[in-house]
Order: sequence, then C-alpha cells, then structure tokens
Amino acid sequence: MENVKILERIKAKFPEAVVADQDCCGDLQVTVSNDAFIEVMQFLHDDEQLGFDLLIDILAIDNSARRRKPPRFEVVYVMISMDSFDRLLVKLPVVEGEDVPTVTGIWQAANWAEREVFDMMGIRFAGHPDLRRVLMWDDFEGYPQRKDFPLEGKDFDEKWDPDTIEVL
Amino acid sequence: MAEGKLMTLNMGPHHPSTHGVLRIVLELDGEIIVKATPHVGQLHRGIEKIAENMNYQQVITLTDRLDYTAASLNNFGYCMAVEKLLGIEVPKRAQYIRVIMGELSRLAAHQIWVGTHALDIGAMTLVFYGFRDREMIYDIIEEASGYRLTPTFLRVGGLANDITPDFIKGVREFVKWFPTALAGYHTLLTDNIIWRKRTMDIGTVSAEDAVNFGFTGPSLRGSGVPYDIRKAKPHSSYEDFDFQVPVGDKGDVYDRYLVRMEEMTQSLKIIDQAIENLPEGPVNVDNPWVTNPSLDVVMDDISALIRRFKIQSEGPHDPVGEVYQSVEGSKGELGFYIVGDGNENPYRMKIRSPAFILISALSKILPGHMFSDAIAIVGSIDIVLGEVDR
Repeated sequence: MENVKILERIKAKFPEAVVADQDCCGDLQVTVSNDAFIEVMQFLHDDEQLGFDLLIDILAIDNSARRRKPPRFEVVYVMISMDSFDRLLVKLPVVEGEDVPTVTGIWQAANWAEREVFDMMGIRFAGHPDLRRVLMWDDFEGYPQRKDFPLEGKDFDEKWDPDTIEVL
Repeated sequence: MAEGKLMTLNMGPHHPSTHGVLRIVLELDGEIIVKATPHVGQLHRGIEKIAENMNYQQVITLTDRLDYTAASLNNFGYCMAVEKLLGIEVPKRAQYIRVIMGELSRLAAHQIWVGTHALDIGAMTLVFYGFRDREMIYDIIEEASGYRLTPTFLRVGGLANDITPDFIKGVREFVKWFPTALAGYHTLLTDNIIWRKRTMDIGTVSAEDAVNFGFTGPSLRGSGVPYDIRKAKPHSSYEDFDFQVPVGDKGDVYDRYLVRMEEMTQSLKIIDQAIENLPEGPVNVDNPWVTNPSLDVVMDDISALIRRFKIQSEGPHDPVGEVYQSVEGSKGELGFYIVGDGNENPYRMKIRSPAFILISALSKILPGHMFSDAIAIVGSIDIVLGEVDR
C-alpha cells in the first residue's frame, strides 16, 4: 500500500490521534497523541489491510540538546507488514518522567526493545512484565544515552585509592 | 530429583557454545528446562553513544565491530542509511562491488556459523572446514581493503578504492571452488542420522510466533515466512540479480540449518552474477560535499585542496531529518536509525540488532526442552554478541 493510503486509513479510524505526519526519506512517519496511543497500535497490528505484524524496533530520541520545544523525548516504533512489506514509523512524544503504555501485549518483540529504551533513556513503560536494565548492570546509576550523560562516564576523572579501590 | 525441586544452572558467560559472552540462567527439573533467563551486556561498548561524538566517515569503523563475522554488511547498512539521509546514490559499479563484499561477508559468517554450530553439537570436522574456507574469503577481502576481519572498505558515498584485477580473479576462483566445499558440508551433516536426530523437531517456532517474537533473517525464514529485505525492499541493485529466498516449513533447528545452507548457494549465485556483469565507471559519487577530490587535482587547485582538507577533517554534513535503513544482515534485519541535525556527527544513531531480539525469544523457546537441546537451539539462531551488546 502506498504511504498516502496508509495514512488515510489510520486517519479514517482515528481522526484526532494523528498529530503530524512526515516523509522520512521514503518511509511514512506518523506522530500520534498520547491519549489514543495503545488503541492506535492495536489497530495497526490487527487491521486486515494494514497488518503491521512485525515490530522491528523501539528507540527513543532525547531532544534536550537541540533547540526544540518540549516534550523532551520521542519514542519511535518501527514496524513492518509481512503481507505487503510496507514499513511504518510511529512516533510518540513523551514528557520527562511520564510513563509510556507498554506494547508487549501486542508484539512480544517489544519486551527487550522496551527494556533497552528504559535502560538507555530512563523512560518507564507502564504494564511491562519485566522492566529491568538489559545492557548495563543492575545497580548502574544514570541513563547513558541521555544527552546530559557524559561520554566518558560519570566517574571518569575521579581519584581513587588503589589499596581499597574506593573513590576518594 | 524430588518433586518440585528445581536446580538453577548458570550457563555461560564462558560456556563455549554461547559464542561470546551470553549468560543464560536455566532452571532445571532433572534435565528438562523449566525457565530460561538470558542476560546480555557484557560486551556493551556504547557504540551508539560514541557514534554521536564522531563524524560520519569515522563511525564506519565502529560498525565493523558490531557483527564482526560479517563486517562489510554492517558498513553496508550504515553507509546506505547516511546516503539516504544525504539524498545521494552511489554509482552502479560501487553498488555491485558492495553487493559482492556483502555477500562474501555473509558467506564468511555462515561458514563460521556452520562450523561452530556443528562443533557445539559434537561434529568437530566442520569447524576446520568452515575456517579453511573462510580464509579464502578473507584473502579476497584483504586484496581489496588491506584488512581481514574489519575491512572498513565501504565509505559514505562509495568505496575506499576501486578493486584490483587480483580481487576479481580471487572471487572467480572462489565461486568456482566453493560449491565443492559446500557439497562436503552437506555430506557431513544433511543426511547424517546423528545430526538429524539432534536437530529435528526441537526449538520449533511457528510462523505466527516467529513474527510476533520479532524474528528476522534466516530464523524467520526457517519458520516459513519469506521476508528478505533483498527481495522485499531491494536496495543497491539487488533487483538486478536472480536469486531465490529459501524458506523452511516447520521452523525447527534443522529447518533453520537448511535455510542457511541454501542461502550460501544463493549468495554464491549473486556474487557470480555481480562479478561477471560488473559495470565500468567511478566507485565514488560525484558530490563535492562527500567525495575527496583526487590527488592530481589537489596538486593544481587550491580550492580542491581546501575541500579535501574539509572532507578529511569533518566529513559530510547531514541535513536535518530522520532516516531508517536496513539491510539483510547475516543474522537478520540490521537496521540503522539516524537522526541528523545539520552537523558533521549524527545527533542520534540507533542500531537495530537482529540477534538482540532473537535472544529475547530464548526465554519462550527453551522451556520444555532438554538441556543438551538448548545448546543446539542457541546455535541455530546464530548470535554474535558484538552485535547484541553493541
């Protein structure tokens, strides 16, 4: 299906949920509002004509280093249909500290993808069955992919005592 | 074991069959797995974070270190993502050479996979055959780029340099010889009764489950879903080549094995067509913002010298925008999501690692199997931890 038709079909079902749409170098990207988010995702998965049944990835963008209006984060869902091989990017603006509803009930692939977003960006997913850190260790503090996290790590130039291995 | 008493067994991170540093905590009832919890992250290097502080050409060296068994495919995906963002298309000759490098990498990755997978299950000969044949591929890659494991041969806008006649000769020799070696693999495994008994009807994933788990690549096709990015969304002249997408029907370990073995034949077919129909012409795009002017011009022209200096020190500047581009990696869909904000480095780069999602499904697939089958299942989904942990 062409990008225009995909957009029309989503807009016909949810006239108010689609806040914006743009062309990402050939792929359709729709920004959806927070209220109807989970209904839209369920529709994208279940609808006979769209049928985005393979969730490729979930990622988050921290906009705090760019001159952008809040909200600070954007969560992007990349999905593809196994019938037509159409690709769709769904974007959700997220305010800092706000929870995002989980989509693990729709796609099981979202399980670790959401854990990684939580691990790297500190966005919590409400209703996630097992929201733990996945790449960093469990008692790690901070969220490395945030723009205010230093590249070298937080304790890079702290002095430490070689005998006791304690930070002075 | 007494009723209700479970044993917790820590498999990995140093277990030889975990192919790197994967740790799986298994709860066993006798020899049957009740629960499996994979832990990853021991190889996490923060490539995405480092990439945000490097310029576009420098990041290519980082992508080599993702799936280090098929380094050129990672370069391929990254370079195409940046080119898509910049809105440039590389010349036909460069596209063909990229396809050759990519398919050679895929073959090298599958050779390691078949060797180590067989070694895990107990067939030792294959690992020597796999590494012997991979050596030929690495000699060819070395001829083109000067490096073996991490060639960094691709550049944003084309290639590092054109290929030599020796490269073409090497590829032709390899294409001629490798079917014999592949027949040897088949003789050792495909109809081997021990191999079939160890791999058939275990780790079965239905087509619906595979899609829902987020499987891609040979693991998805083993379950019977014919999704291959080279066919579904042809890029870099893949539409010029005649090749089949092999699919399995049951989705067990043996099907995934057969799919990968057939993929090697198809890759060889693509390489053969690409090397015989290699177009003439430049290997870099003719764009003053991306490609270095040649050294002859630099010696005579001051503006070309300045331009060369700027490109060498900063690299291309991207437009403001977002792009998602994926290639068919050796493990599945390898995707790059790049956010540009008009600087010389990516504002945000997210790598979609196929094996990361594959490992997450282990906790669903493993329960109910014997412990020794777990080794076969982990081998069959073909993971490389460099790519999982990034």
